[in-house]
Amino acid sequence: MSEIKKLQAPLTEADVRSLRAGDEVLVSGAVYTARDMAHKRLCESIEAGDKLPFELDGAIIYFVGPTPARPGRVIGAAGPTTSSRMDPFSPKLIANGLKAMIGKGYRGDEVREALKKYSAVHLSTIGGAGALLSRHIVAAEVIAYEDLGTEAIRRLQVVDFPAIVAYDCYGSSVYK
Amino acid sequence: MRYIEFEKIAETVESLCVSAGYELPCDVLAALEEAAQKESDPAAAKILNQLIENARIAKDERIPLCQDTGLAVVFVQRGSEVAVKPASGRKQATSNFRKAGDLFDAINTGVAAGFQKGYLRKSVVADPLNKRKNTRSNTPAIIHQQIVAGDQLKLTVMTKGGGCENKSRFWMFRPTAERDKIIDWIVDVVRTAGADACPPFVVGVGIGGDFEMSCLLSKMALCRKLDQRNSDKFYAELETDLLSRINALGLGPQGLGGDTTALAVLVETAACHIASLPVAVNIECHSHRHKTAVI
Repeated sequence: MSEIKKLQAPLTEADVRSLRAGDEVLVSGAVYTARDMAHKRLCESIEAGDKLPFELDGAIIYFVGPTPARPGRVIGAAGPTTSSRMDPFSPKLIANGLKAMIGKGYRGDEVREALKKYSAVHLSTIGGAGALLSRHIVAAEVIAYEDLGTEAIRRLQVVDFPAIVAYDCYGSSVYK
Repeated sequence: MRYIEFEKIAETVESLCVSAGYELPCDVLAALEEAAQKESDPAAAKILNQLIENARIAKDERIPLCQDTGLAVVFVQRGSEVAVKPASGRKQATSNFRKAGDLFDAINTGVAAGFQKGYLRKSVVADPLNKRKNTRSNTPAIIHQQIVAGDQLKLTVMTKGGGCENKSRFWMFRPTAERDKIIDWIVDVVRTAGADACPPFVVGVGIGGDFEMSCLLSKMALCRKLDQRNSDKFYAELETDLLSRINALGLGPQGLGGDTTALAVLVETAACHIASLPVAVNIECHSHRHKTAVI
């Protein structure tokens, strides 16, 4: 197994091109949470030409809907949700500058094509390890779609958040 | 007739929801530990150990095991001599479909309290297709009630994640279908669930009954202890054979390869029509959360 690579958000084209399927990575910096409904709204905003709630260029989106934070804590459990549900929306976001997504499981052909065409990656993290992963999140604030509750967009600050490159920008995948 | 207070039922359900969210059942933890020791792929063993560590953190630091704290599925075995003593002055039920103060209202009251006080995620929308507005209480629960002899009330709360539930499947076989054909289909359902549904899985299988009964059996099967085989020898062997076939897939923890694709296969059966052979597979993730209490 190769050495664990450190990634700092936002990502550059060079960052993405240095990654290969199967690489273990530790992500630090700002990542944005979004699930199904938030993806739908982001894509509607792009189509309408509206300003997005965060800078998409170089951004990392984490597919997560956390549990409520206990008083005095930053966040509750925060593991990944199934990535493939975001397949209808991800290509549009990738075409508009998104460089990485963190989730779990497989991605469809259209997403994989977009990863190649625009140089982006899909990272998988440990599904069902919401308690363990929450320790890598040091700050969280809702920045958009507050009405969606757990599905609102949050800006998270993460430190050494563990993941594996599941799909790289060369068309390779860690999944057999 | 034995009267059980509305509040007693609600408090019991509340505490079952909270402990399900934070404490992985002992048999599931033991199965993960055994798998971690036996696993021949070091990367897979590392993931299994991370899941064991996750369970420890969840319990000790009071962070839910998984952010998807699930839909509350409540299996009720209600003794025929049990009646609910209504809460005094209760006029409105938690759900529009229920009578204020009845058993279902008590269960939903407990679920709402458990998910609120336990800092668990509210993952239920009131309307499936039109508005999809979150009820913000994680109710209504899915409640399955069985009337049994006696004066006790047995409550099992299973908090079921959406990711694995999405991968559950049903198929109506010809009544002449061979055992191998059914095994092949079940293994394929598990293969298709793959990395998306958080392996290693617990696989619930319902065979027989009718359309809805086989699905219900596949979920009820998940309430059994993982190391307990079906009491019928034929089906106990089917469970063992299915488990080896599933683990031979090599999907492994998180679908990244390894020997541990499932921790257990649990089969439940029922009589069925001469024309039918319904089979349902309920996929459960490794965060297999279910708690039982008897009042």
